[in-house]
Amino acid sequence: MNRAIVASVLVGATAPAFGVFLVLRRLSLMADTLSHVALAGVAVALLTKTFAPAVALVTTTGAAVSIEELRMRRLLPGDAALAVFLYGALAVAVVLISIAEGFNSTLFSYLFGSVLTVSTTDLWWMAILAVVIALFMVLFSSELAQVTFDADLAKINGVRVHLLNLGLAVLTGATITVSMRVVGLLLVGALIVIPVLISLRVTQGLTRTVVASSIIGIFVAVTGMVVAFYADIAPGGSVVLTAIGLLVIVEAVAVARRLSNRSKSHQAVEMQQHAHAHESHAHGSDDDPEEGVNAGTQSHR
Amino acid sequence: MAEHDNTIELTSVNETESQFHDSHSTVAFAPEQVPIRFDETWFSYNSEAAVRDINFSITPGEFAAILGPNGSGKTTLMKLALGLLKPTSGRVLLFGVPSDRFTDWYRVGYVPQRTQATESRFPASVREVVSFGTYSGFDPFAMFKSKKSAQRVDDAMELAGVRNLADRRVSDLSIGQQQRMLIARSLVRRPDLLVMDEPVAGIDAAGEEQFHSMIRRLNRDLGITIVMVSHDIGAVMREATTIACINTDIVFHGPVHQLDAQALSGLYGFPVDVLMHDPEHTHR
Repeated sequence: MNRAIVASVLVGATAPAFGVFLVLRRLSLMADTLSHVALAGVAVALLTKTFAPAVALVTTTGAAVSIEELRMRRLLPGDAALAVFLYGALAVAVVLISIAEGFNSTLFSYLFGSVLTVSTTDLWWMAILAVVIALFMVLFSSELAQVTFDADLAKINGVRVHLLNLGLAVLTGATITVSMRVVGLLLVGALIVIPVLISLRVTQGLTRTVVASSIIGIFVAVTGMVVAFYADIAPGGSVVLTAIGLLVIVEAVAVARRLSNRSKSHQAVEMQQHAHAHESHAHGSDDDPEEGVNAGTQSHR
Repeated sequence: MAEHDNTIELTSVNETESQFHDSHSTVAFAPEQVPIRFDETWFSYNSEAAVRDINFSITPGEFAAILGPNGSGKTTLMKLALGLLKPTSGRVLLFGVPSDRFTDWYRVGYVPQRTQATESRFPASVREVVSFGTYSGFDPFAMFKSKKSAQRVDDAMELAGVRNLADRRVSDLSIGQQQRMLIARSLVRRPDLLVMDEPVAGIDAAGEEQFHSMIRRLNRDLGITIVMVSHDIGAVMREATTIACINTDIVFHGPVHQLDAQALSGLYGFPVDVLMHDPEHTHR
């Protein structure tokens, strides 16, 4: 259980923080694509009886670099390159799994997450990758912010955009490798994206958004994991449903606030109109027999 | 002056080893002083020419407008100038250096028509975005030096008229306010050249006048060379000193007061008449 909590904290802190730069650049599909590539890597590892996270990291790194080069050299449009790799990787995974004589519990643990069976080796692996990802974000915070704002402007400002994009792509693969044991490859994209959507709703400033995404990520990962433990359900699904539940609450509060503000401004307008009408009536015709004493005592032309 | 089809050449290039002459003045500029120079520049998208055989220069202190209909290659031309695209043939020089190898970006400011952030809920404040203009290369300790650059950021925001919006979220700004913010970002390092791509698209008349007034000040008072891509003929004729009309080819290049109805008709492919509402208005 302790290892599971540590794993949840590491993943919850890392994935959404990195996800800020993917979501704002509309590259959320990159996470899904690389999770399928990671699945192919896991299938290779299971077939060759090697360390799955390491092979997944190698395959996602290779795919990330290839996608970025295809996009940069305009050999394929961005979304087309992602589609080719997503379906290609899935096809490779399916073929390798069929060669390995079908699904087994180890493969399921990578597909759907199995945080409760995380080993010490897994934890060290996750911790090292999380530190590397965090260091990258801190050291290149200005460059990341500029490229996220606008890549052309960043380039004209002297940022090495191509190298940074390569770094981003490779570390997306690393983030997925870190996260796959907690939420599983099928749902890792959700953990990268949903806490970011929540933090965008509640914070201001890019740095605060990154920090808030981490905090929210830790909260949903640990909560989801604890719920999964006691309810005996898949942890990946539990974490993602917790995140979605929180998103629904935050959006509902935002809508309620908007409606309340709109209602208040309507009331303010009505009160102003009422006050204006009353003022006009008070300074109205002398012949009006309904006029009060005050009006009657006013001097007239 | 030579005439080729609908191209009117008004600028003669008299290039020696180290000098570039603008035939409209007697001032000689060294190649590294010339902000932008197109030299037999071609660019094609999928073997279809977007810009063809472009040959002209923008000299220091000019307020140059690039005018043309939609799809004429205006934005492509600017992206070539800024090294965002590499020419298919020919060359583009930015202060004497091929634009795709240019590194002195502190000399250049760029205001695009839209940014990626316009389309997303970018959470940064105006001050954070303007601060991007202080970037001078990878420096992991940059956050500890922020006090020194804070004053420059404030000055740039003041100049662009967005100081009062400093803490507002970028995604909450109007189009005009976003353009001013981008200009502030470009001004932090007081560039020698400011390139703007349709900066007043989507801005109302009052906002447009404020914008042009600010740009005039930057050009006249601070001596910044301005290149403005536009399809607004009226604004161009009021504000610019020189104009290049492009419709894949350069149709006209010269002082704006020499732009006539014939050139505009050639540019747009239908008869154009120019009516001046203010006969007293003089072009610079």
